[in-house]
Amino acid sequence: MRPIEYYEPPVPSKVNYINAQYGLKSWLLTKDHKRIALLYLGSITFFFFIGGLYALMIRLELLTPQGDFLQSATYNKVFTQHGIIMIFFFLIPSIPATLGNFLVPMMIGAKDLAFPRINLLSWYVYLLGGVITIYALLAGGVDTGWTFYTPFSTTFSNSYVVATGLGIFINGFSSILTGLNFIVTIHTMRAPGMTWFRLPLFIWSHYATSLIMILGTPVIAITVLLLAFERVARVGIFDPALGGDPILFQHLFWFYSHPAVYIMVLPSMGVVSELIANFSRKNIFGYSFVAFSSLAIAVFGFLVWGHHLFVTSQSVYAGMIFSFLSFAVAIPSAIKVFNWTATLYKSSISYDTPMLYGLGFIGLFTVGGMTGLFLASLAVDVHLSDTYFVVAHFHYIMVGGALMGYLGGLHYWWPKISGRMYPEGWGRFSALVIFVGFNLTFLPQFVAGYLGMPRRYHAYPPEFQVFNVLSTAGASILGFGMLIPAIYFVWSMRYGKRAEANPWHLPGLEWRTPSPPPTENFAVTPIVTWEAYEFAPPEETQVVGKFGPELEQI
Amino acid sequence: MADVINSHATTSEAHGHRALQHHFENMEQQREAGTLGMWVFLVTEIMFFGGMFLAYTLYRSKYPASFASASNHLDITLGTVNTGVLILSSFTMAMAVYFTQIGKRRPQILCLILTLMLGLTFLGIKGVEYHDKYRDHLIPGHLIPSSPFLENEAEAEHHGLHLLEGATLPQVEMFYWIYFAMTGMHALHMIIGAGLLTFLLIYSIKGRFDPEYHSPVEVIGLYWHFVDIVWIFLFPLLYLLGRHLEHG
Amino acid sequence: MQSWIPLVPDSASTLSWKVDALYFYLSGVTLFFSLLISAVLIFFVIRYRRRTPYEIPRPIAGSHKLETLWTIIPFVIAMTMFGWGAQVYFQQYKPPANAIEVYVVGKQWMWKLQHATGQREINQLHIPVGRKIKLIMTSEDVIHDFFVPAFRTKMDVVPGKYTTMWFEATTPGTYHLFCAEYCGMNHSGMTGSIVVMEPREFDNWLSGNAASGTPASQGQQLFQSLGCASCHGQNGEGGRGPTLAGVFGKKTQLQTGESVTVDEGYVRESILNPQAKLVAGFGAIMPTFQGQVREDQLMQLVAFIKSLPAGGQTEAPPTTATPAPRQAASPTQNVK
Repeated sequence: MRPIEYYEPPVPSKVNYINAQYGLKSWLLTKDHKRIALLYLGSITFFFFIGGLYALMIRLELLTPQGDFLQSATYNKVFTQHGIIMIFFFLIPSIPATLGNFLVPMMIGAKDLAFPRINLLSWYVYLLGGVITIYALLAGGVDTGWTFYTPFSTTFSNSYVVATGLGIFINGFSSILTGLNFIVTIHTMRAPGMTWFRLPLFIWSHYATSLIMILGTPVIAITVLLLAFERVARVGIFDPALGGDPILFQHLFWFYSHPAVYIMVLPSMGVVSELIANFSRKNIFGYSFVAFSSLAIAVFGFLVWGHHLFVTSQSVYAGMIFSFLSFAVAIPSAIKVFNWTATLYKSSISYDTPMLYGLGFIGLFTVGGMTGLFLASLAVDVHLSDTYFVVAHFHYIMVGGALMGYLGGLHYWWPKISGRMYPEGWGRFSALVIFVGFNLTFLPQFVAGYLGMPRRYHAYPPEFQVFNVLSTAGASILGFGMLIPAIYFVWSMRYGKRAEANPWHLPGLEWRTPSPPPTENFAVTPIVTWEAYEFAPPEETQVVGKFGPELEQI
Repeated sequence: MADVINSHATTSEAHGHRALQHHFENMEQQREAGTLGMWVFLVTEIMFFGGMFLAYTLYRSKYPASFASASNHLDITLGTVNTGVLILSSFTMAMAVYFTQIGKRRPQILCLILTLMLGLTFLGIKGVEYHDKYRDHLIPGHLIPSSPFLENEAEAEHHGLHLLEGATLPQVEMFYWIYFAMTGMHALHMIIGAGLLTFLLIYSIKGRFDPEYHSPVEVIGLYWHFVDIVWIFLFPLLYLLGRHLEHG
Repeated sequence: MQSWIPLVPDSASTLSWKVDALYFYLSGVTLFFSLLISAVLIFFVIRYRRRTPYEIPRPIAGSHKLETLWTIIPFVIAMTMFGWGAQVYFQQYKPPANAIEVYVVGKQWMWKLQHATGQREINQLHIPVGRKIKLIMTSEDVIHDFFVPAFRTKMDVVPGKYTTMWFEATTPGTYHLFCAEYCGMNHSGMTGSIVVMEPREFDNWLSGNAASGTPASQGQQLFQSLGCASCHGQNGEGGRGPTLAGVFGKKTQLQTGESVTVDEGYVRESILNPQAKLVAGFGAIMPTFQGQVREDQLMQLVAFIKSLPAGGQTEAPPTTATPAPRQAASPTQNVK
């Protein structure tokens, strides 16, 4: 049997981007997008565990109806900080800054991103924002909710609002710089023959994400700045006692923060496209529909922010328009789910860990997305707004969706990034544990929410306890499940099986370099003559189906 | 954005132009990336300034009389002169780019110097205006302890600010918040621009740019034009409001 | 109506079952598609598992027909959800005429309520079955939210403006009241109950609870003590200031030429910020009362102005709640 790859395998090389230069300075002053991706990977993982610690505290408190674990002022800081850390310092950068940074140049056949120094700058800006925010947390914390609604945050909160706001403001520039870099790179640095419709869908989704990053982030920047001004100088923009409008803040805040959720989920969808196609050895069904749906989500995502304001006494007519648009934005996502599923038809599916995460994404994102429809539907949202239903909905998307994609991508590209394989058995086991733990954590919250349990409550009526106990049990399982990959990824860097250039035997450009790749990615700029996800020349494919695959013996 | 299918770089073009960065295939790709990068950055700037323009629009429609009163007190002469200065500086900047493209170093350097001087003139005039605000107690809040904002109508009249029918001092103060935020942010961008121009000047004198490689000049030119355009929007909105209401 | 499967809370209002019906539809569709997708996924994953290491399946590019199908069908389903939701939403948020009004002030971390008949309550609201109740609400400090799960409705309570919500209870009982907008330290403690009673019991409750005066009569006292009468006349007939009698609910023209409806929010704003929306033909001479009146006092002033009949009658405003606020009832004694 001849091997799958019908192209020349890359010449193995002893020198790769990891060992090309040693020393702290070579890492901290690197211009190599792959090293910068690893720098991000470390810092993002750090923030993830801090956010996770806060989550643990929330779930421990909510085991009992009384507020007996934490004082209420402390609990308010804990859920606020959980949100801020997870959203701004984990979810928004996660896939673009780690997997995106590493892979975007490689997937298009480039040697680096368009602006390597700006890439490094974006990491330092991220760190600066993170350091300032950690300072705010250690100095006493912030208790306004990650949404910073006024006038509580401008006038009534006695916590470190300005410092946290500053941290978020600075962190936003990291996002803007990353997005700018990706857009320019994808437009101008594609290898010869790499036309737009030969690009992997990972690139399309990162392009759409970058559009949102550059258009939306400046708005949160100015909003946070205005908030800080108001708090420090008592201007009167948002505080009604000074003639301001508190609902104006909500409009400005959500104008960014809704598109932000698409920043968090679109890259993950890009990963899922890669996982589904590559682990079933079949091109994505309806490639152009999936590509354009990413752009549609980016555009429509900017038009729906008012669905966060349905119960704020916003005009009912505005409510209707936003509700309609919120339903419209769900359609492109549905199209993706159907196309991914159709890809699996008459394909050849392997059960490797990345595929498990990809499949998990499709199922959990379907639930998360459809529960979003409950919230887009005006009458039901009036009841469900600010209850645990909303909490469950967005965790299904953020954890069940974005995080699954991230973990799937990490596992999938781990051999390329580190040159090592992770232990497959443990990989599958932890995927399963995470899946079970996740559902047990968040499914009961839907029920609790419809029953009326409000969010951001640290003490609640006893009839909600059963759901909270289930949820905390699930959270423990989920937490345990997430520790396992943390351990084995680190373990594999030293003891994992060495990976060949193309351990999964796939056609993507990133697999045509050694694992780990050399600093310049490609010794010679490739010339692309094949379509996206073209696993073999047409005459060498088989029909799989009715009576098992009919192989042509070569 | 045209698809660029670059010709495959042959090994004989091993290093290309001395300014070619290692991750680009050729100078054209590098130039295109740099220009597109600046355009994308300017889009983010539009979103950033746009937030402030939105706040201005909302408060102007809420407090028309107060905003007109405050706007009437701004020095329209200085504002107009500044507008002229900036437009002229955009012209000299465009000329600098042109001369760089055709390789004429002396005119290029001259135009850069002129642009820089005009930019500094703008900042100087802005400084004069800000000083006048300090003198007339128009800096909002208690930001400058020695010059707190106007307390009452009498004090306002004393400093030459006439309150039209329906105007109130707190609303006038809101105008000045927005005035300082927007012109201050604009001035900050001008200062950065001046810094960039200085860098361009130094490199031009050292002869770093030629018809083959001058994308920093082009790209910084784009930035300069953008800062000019922001001012062209700011000027009428801040200075020319409600002039027809001035005398009743 | 309490189900043994706690999937839905108590249903106690005329709209509860409507919201539940939509919820069950949404749940049904969600369950259907989730199970469908999961089943198809599982089927494909098993059926098309890799059987030999080197097989490469034939690529299938796509199908415009399928794409159209699975774009149109979800869109149509989404539109049914939108339409149904919007329809019920209109009913939820359109306050009906002839509702009994209750004034609500939220503050950190309690609810202060006053019935139109004058009874005050803290963290509790007694209402009769079968009557439409309209809440007129504001906050003294930060944004709160008045949430009654059993009625399937909520509305933010915003400082600086009035917001309204309404409901009609169908079943006697005691139901949770939650604050549903994070408001600081004791947000979880800002809870209470709505006590729905049979009409007779409710009347007993009313008579058993001392009321020092209706909001309207207390408003009249404020109207005098704050000096409003000096410009607006004893009974709002006007003078140096615009006429207030009979203007509530009508449109009035402003100096700028536009016209506004005189509602609770306009009255409140004009007391606190008189120059904001000056009535045409009057000078800017009204002083502001910012800082001199509390939110509940503002509501009383609003109630008084609402009660003023056109023509400026000399009778005192009614001290018992009447369905039509402009009906001049003979003054009843304060209930002892």
